Amino acid sequence: MTALLSVRNLGVSMRTRQGPLHITERISFDLAPGERVGLVGESGCGKSVTGLALMGLLRRRTSTVSGEILLEGRDMNAMREAERRRLRGASIAMVFQEPMSALDPVFTIGEQIGESLRSHFRTPRREARERAIDMLARVGIPDPARRCDEYPHQLSGGMRQRAMIAIALACEPKVLVADEPTTALDVTIQAQVIDLLLRMSEDLGTAMIFITHDIGVVAETCQRVLTMYLGQIVEDAPTDTVLARPRHPYTSGLMRSLPRLGAWKEPLPSIPGRVPSLAAVPAGCRFAPRCTYARAECGAAQPMQEGPWGQARCWQAGALQLKGTLA
Amino acid sequence: MGPSALLAGGGVAVEGDASVTKDKTDLPLVETTELKIHFPIRHGLSVKAVDGVDMKVRAGDTFGVIGESGSGKSTLGRALVGLVRPTAGSIHHRSVDSATVSRSARQSMRRDRQIIFQDPHAALNPRMRILDSVSEPLIIAGETRRAAEARAYAMLDRVGLEAHFAARYPHELSGGQKSRVNIARTLTLEPKLLVCDEIVAALDVSIQAEILNLLARLQRDMGLTYVFITHDLGVVGHVSDRIAVMYLGVFVEVGPAQRIVSRPLHPYTEALLSAEPEPYPSDLRRGERIILKGDIPSPVNPPAGCRFHTRCRYAREICARERPALREQEPGHEVACHFAGDLALAEQKHGPRTVTPQEGEA
Repeated sequence: MTALLSVRNLGVSMRTRQGPLHITERISFDLAPGERVGLVGESGCGKSVTGLALMGLLRRRTSTVSGEILLEGRDMNAMREAERRRLRGASIAMVFQEPMSALDPVFTIGEQIGESLRSHFRTPRREARERAIDMLARVGIPDPARRCDEYPHQLSGGMRQRAMIAIALACEPKVLVADEPTTALDVTIQAQVIDLLLRMSEDLGTAMIFITHDIGVVAETCQRVLTMYLGQIVEDAPTDTVLARPRHPYTSGLMRSLPRLGAWKEPLPSIPGRVPSLAAVPAGCRFAPRCTYARAECGAAQPMQEGPWGQARCWQAGALQLKGTLA
Repeated sequence: MGPSALLAGGGVAVEGDASVTKDKTDLPLVETTELKIHFPIRHGLSVKAVDGVDMKVRAGDTFGVIGESGSGKSTLGRALVGLVRPTAGSIHHRSVDSATVSRSARQSMRRDRQIIFQDPHAALNPRMRILDSVSEPLIIAGETRRAAEARAYAMLDRVGLEAHFAARYPHELSGGQKSRVNIARTLTLEPKLLVCDEIVAALDVSIQAEILNLLARLQRDMGLTYVFITHDLGVVGHVSDRIAVMYLGVFVEVGPAQRIVSRPLHPYTEALLSAEPEPYPSDLRRGERIILKGDIPSPVNPPAGCRFHTRCRYAREICARERPALREQEPGHEVACHFAGDLALAEQKHGPRTVTPQEGEA
């Protein structure tokens, strides 16, 4: 498997008055062409920051991105901004959670779709508009010729998200980073948007990184799941494997705390304690203070353990019998 | 039913009493009759947020209300605690209509019904210490500061917050802790009814699990009745005794929670359940998903006939013409659909109960 995107030791730190704050550390993973990978974890674990770092959208003045982001072998993190801009939108694109704040209110939907085509491929204005109408039709917006000339506020939430997907996919990028693309939507609209993203990924062969806190969404969309905790990837495994039997106690805790239809009124297993502050990251295994399986060995830094099931940042990964989303 | 029967009965009060005793367990804590709440907008039009809801909540139950944005579920919740006045219809608490009682009686009714909102941060005054926020309801209700603060400490302890949180300000607390403060604050007045409006929607799953467990414990200990408003099927299915499915201001299906999530009788419920992403390995997920077309129509001008007919895959000619009434299809399970019981709706396999996870080597 040759990787389309290869992330090596990606670290993001923010400049603060108290010195640099390490938001993420040593994030490494590969993405194959057309593959869909989920990035899951709770608020503050660094999943959105990782998405922004991949896109090169973090402000250089306040944050430092270390490590390598190899897109087809070329390190985007080492590129000059002008060079990177040529890739952004054309080869790697992003869809955000809140379409209303991600869309520009003063440009029509058609102009916003056409913009990337015009700037990346110098597509003439008229042709860009035609492509925009075509894209709107592909993402399932009814009456695309009329919608093309409308402004974001004239569209419903679900339609805005479709429009944003149309913008992101207009140049047929190889990688799409989708940051909580369905979180703001109702469940029936969410189903429509998931269906659309899956179809587009299959049709265009787009690889996707799904950033979400919703394990259900990942189960329905991704072949692989990366679980993040406190700025690190703690588990990297195929979706079906990890849902049935996770290898990292945090992944298991996350899955078991989901209320599920059918397990009526039973107390939900929750993870003891709370996520520590990034300024006070525990030495050794970062999850150890909250982990029911913690032993003395957990005081040492945990490298990724590899097995036929995937990878997990826990020395007991091979031995632990953990529960996933199955009761 | 209860109060009017008693009043009209007059000389036959004994009979009335007997009937009350007979179905004592069914005497609802809250009951709405033909409840309508319309908000006027321009040109004489109005948003029909709630448009004819009959609802009965039994004491000690958790009544789940599920629906998408714009279904009217939050407006219904606010009306139940008296924050919105009904446009038509009535709300009875323990058979008393809050619109007709005296001011002082209404004041005490207010103590009995409380609401917790979605955003735990927005619900707290940033300039008040936690202790002040939690004791404020008691002071308004006429308690001395000393007594109020003592109770506030007791409540904070009850929701799992140590005493040192009392002196802090909201910005010093995490989302889960603020949620606990809001719960503590509403419970200081010892309400009977607690309306929970999307209270776990903004929380991470592990915190959400803690809060749901806390609410379950408080319900057992304090005999609370919950109306649980949410768009999250997993949550509502987990906590509820009965569930109402709301669409464009009306209930389309009401019934026992486990029946609703496993064998829905309304096509909208079927679609909602089917749309819910399932966090199970692919061989254990249901195969086909029903994907509804389009968006929820505007509550200003809801479709004629059955409100769901524009998105319903089973809709026939009668559905556009006649509005189906909510009628009992199975004991305690009501459905508003012309073809309820005749449709072969997909059985939901939520929670892989028939499956034994392969615990061997994966």
